[in-house]
Amino acid sequence: MNDELRAPIAFTIMAILLAIVGFTQSWSVSLSVINLCIISSIMAIGVNLQWGYGGLFNAGVMGFTALGGLTAVLVSHDPIYEAWDKAGVGIVISAIIFVLSITALLFVFRNIENKQIRNTLIILIIVFGLIGINNFYGPSIDIVESINPAKTGFLGGLGLPIIFSWLIAAIVAGLVAWVIGKITLRLRSDYLAIATLGISEIVIAVVKHEDWLSRGVKNVSGLDRPVPYEIELQESKWFLNLVERINFSKLEAIQSLSSRQDLLNDLVIDSSGIFVKLCYAGLFFSVLLLIFYLSQLALNSPWGRMLRAIRDNEEAASAMGKNIFAQHLQIFIIGSAIIGIAGAMLTTLDGQFTPGSYRPLRFTFIIWLMVIIGGSGNNLGSIFGGFFIWFIWIEAEPLSIGFMNMLAGGLEYDNPLRMHLLGSAAHLRLFIMGLLLLLALRFMPKGVIPEKIQRK
Amino acid sequence: MENFEFINAMVLLANFVFVPALSYGSQLALATLSLTIIYGVLRFSNFAQADWMSFGTMTTILFTWLFQSAGISAGILPTALLALPFAIIVTALFCLFIDRSVYSFYRKQKSQPIVLMIVSVGVMFILQAVVRFIIGPNDRKFFDGEKYIVHALDFKNYFGLEEGLTIKSTQLITVIVALVAMISLFYFLQKTKLGKSMRAYSNNEDLALLSGINPEKIVIVTWIISSILITTAGVLYGLDKSFKPFTYFNLLLPMFAAAIVGGIGSPIGAVIGGYVIAFSEITLTYAYKKFFVYLLPESLEPSGLMQVLSTDYKFAISFIILVIVLIVRPTGIVRGKII
Repeated sequence: MNDELRAPIAFTIMAILLAIVGFTQSWSVSLSVINLCIISSIMAIGVNLQWGYGGLFNAGVMGFTALGGLTAVLVSHDPIYEAWDKAGVGIVISAIIFVLSITALLFVFRNIENKQIRNTLIILIIVFGLIGINNFYGPSIDIVESINPAKTGFLGGLGLPIIFSWLIAAIVAGLVAWVIGKITLRLRSDYLAIATLGISEIVIAVVKHEDWLSRGVKNVSGLDRPVPYEIELQESKWFLNLVERINFSKLEAIQSLSSRQDLLNDLVIDSSGIFVKLCYAGLFFSVLLLIFYLSQLALNSPWGRMLRAIRDNEEAASAMGKNIFAQHLQIFIIGSAIIGIAGAMLTTLDGQFTPGSYRPLRFTFIIWLMVIIGGSGNNLGSIFGGFFIWFIWIEAEPLSIGFMNMLAGGLEYDNPLRMHLLGSAAHLRLFIMGLLLLLALRFMPKGVIPEKIQRK
Repeated sequence: MENFEFINAMVLLANFVFVPALSYGSQLALATLSLTIIYGVLRFSNFAQADWMSFGTMTTILFTWLFQSAGISAGILPTALLALPFAIIVTALFCLFIDRSVYSFYRKQKSQPIVLMIVSVGVMFILQAVVRFIIGPNDRKFFDGEKYIVHALDFKNYFGLEEGLTIKSTQLITVIVALVAMISLFYFLQKTKLGKSMRAYSNNEDLALLSGINPEKIVIVTWIISSILITTAGVLYGLDKSFKPFTYFNLLLPMFAAAIVGGIGSPIGAVIGGYVIAFSEITLTYAYKKFFVYLLPESLEPSGLMQVLSTDYKFAISFIILVIVLIVRPTGIVRGKII
C-alpha cells in the first residue's frame, strides 16, 4: 500500500468505527470513548517522543500519569486552612530537613574522596535525617489526618481553576523526570525499562499511602470542572432553546402538548450530557493539536534530526560531539511532561483522583501498545494507536461476551461450562491486546503508520 | 532474668524476621534464578516471567485438585508437591510452544534485546489472560497436610519463654526444596557437559557455535530449566501464602530488583540478590519496639514503633535498593554477565 495513503485510510476506518458505536450504542458512549482516546493519544505522543525519537524505553508511564493526577488535585482543591494552621510548620520543617539531607548526601557523595569518611558521613546523615524528619513529620501528619478525616484529612490544594493544573502537571512531571533521568539514563535500554517500572511503583506507593498529601486510597472526589455541569445546562434558557431548535422537526411531529413537553425534557437531559462531553472533547482536542503541532516541529528541526541520529547510532553521534546523556535527559523530561499533562487531563475528566486505580497494565503497557502498533517514530501513528487501542480495550468486553455466547450457544442456561465461559469473557481483552501486539511486531514491525524517513 | 530478656528478644526476631525472610528469600531466589538464566542465555529481560510463575502454579493447583478428587495424597506433605512434576512438564511444553511460535522468529532475525523484551510484554498479556480465563482472578489456597512443625504455644511452654517461635511446614519445605534445586542447578551448570555448553553459549555465542554446540538444544534446555525453577518458586510461594494472579504479577518487580542487585546474568548473584531483597523488605518494615523493650532498661524504652519504613512501602523497598545499587554499583553485588 502507498505509504502516503496509510494515515487517511487508518483515520477514516477509526471514524467509521466510532460512528458505528454512536449509532448502535449511543452517541454519549461514543463521545466518552473519544475523550479517553484523545487522552491516550497524548500519552502515546509522550512515549513516542521518548521511544520513537530518542530510543528510550520508559516503563514508568503510570508514575507520570499519577503525578499529573496528583497535580490536578493539588492545584484545584481548596486549601484546608485548619490543617495548615495546626501542622503546616511541622510539615514545612520536615520538608526542609529532607531537602537538606539530600543536598548534604549529594555533596558528600561528590566531594569527599576518602571512602571511609564518606561512608561514615553518609550513614550519619541518613540516621540524623531520619530522626529529624520523624520528629516533626509523624506528629504533624497525625494532626493533618485527624482533621475531618471523613471529608478531607489532607492539606488540600491551591484552590485554582483545574485547567491550570494541566500546565503545572507538565512542570511537576518534568521535574520528577529530571531526577529519575539523572539516576537511570546512563543504563542500558532494558535496565532503564526495569528501573523506570520500579520508580513508577514507588511514585504510586507514595501517592497511595501519604494520606496528608493525596488522601491516599480514600480518594479525592468532586474536583471542580472546566466545563459547565449538566444540571446548570438543564436549567438555563439558552440551552433549552438550542435543544428545541435542533430537534424542531421531531417535536413538531407530536401532537399532544404534554407528551411533547416530556420528549423535550428527555432530550434536554440527553443533550446536556452530550454537550458536556463535547466541551471536554473540544478542550482535549485543542491540547492534542497543540502538542502534535509542537512535536512535529521538534521532529523536523535540527534537534529532532540529532535525536534520531543518536537513536540510530550512538557512537557516531557521540563522535560528532553530541552529548548523548544530556540529549536523552532532555527528551525524557519532555516526554514525561506530556504524559503528566495527559494524567492531569484524565483526572479532570474523571472529576476524582483514585490512587488505587493506577495499575501498570492499564497505564504503562497499554500505552506502549498504542505507540508500537500505531507506528513508533510517527506522531500521527501514535494518535491513531491511541484511538485504535483504546477503542479495542473498551469494546473488547461486549465483543468477547458476544463471542462467548456464540461459543456456548448450544449449552443449557445454567450449564457450569457456559457460566464459566461468560464469567471469564472479560479476561479475553488481555488476550486480544497481547495477540495484537505480537501480530504487529511480527507482520507490521513499523506499525500502521510507519516513520517517514526523509532523504534529500 | 537478664538472660531471658535477651533470649526472648532473639526469639521474637527469629519468629517475625528471620524465618519469614528466609523462606520468602528462597522463593525469590529460585524465581530470580530462572529470570537470570533466560537473561544469560537468550539475552533479554523477560517481562512475562512472573506470569509464567502464575501459569505454573495454576497448573499445579489443577493437578492438585485432580489428585485430591482421586483420593491421592502425600500424607503430612501437601499434595501440591506430588502435582509439581506434572505441572512442570505442562509448563515447559507450553514454554517451548510459545518459544517456537513467538520468540524463535526474532532469534533468527538477530533482533535487539529490547525487541525481544517488548515481545515478552505481548506474551505477558496472553499468559495473564490464559491464567485468569482458566482459574479466575481470585485468591486461592491449595495447601493441605500438616500445617506446623513448631507451634508458638508449644514452644513457649517447652522453654518457659514469653515469646513463641512458629515454624510452618511450608517454610521448612521451601528452604529444603530451594536448596536442592539450587545445588542441582549449580552442579548442572558447573559439572555436566550440557551445563558447560550452556555457559559457553552464554559467554560467547559465536565461539560456542564454532565449537559445535547446537544452539536449538541450548534454547530448549534453557526454557525447561526456567520452567522448573519458576514453577517450583511459584508453588512454594503459593503454599506459604496463597495464589492470586495479580500478586504473582507484582512479584516481577522484586525479581528484577534481585537480579540486578545480585548482578544480572550471574546465578550466584541471583541467589544473593533474592535473599538481600527479601531480608531488607522484612527487616526494614518490622516494628522493633517490642524487641527494644526486651533489650533496653525501662528508662530507655522507645516510645514509637521503631520502624524504619511503614509496611505500606514494603513493595517499594526492593526498588529503593535497586536504585541505590544502580547509583553506587551498577554491576550488582557479583559482577558478571555470563551464567
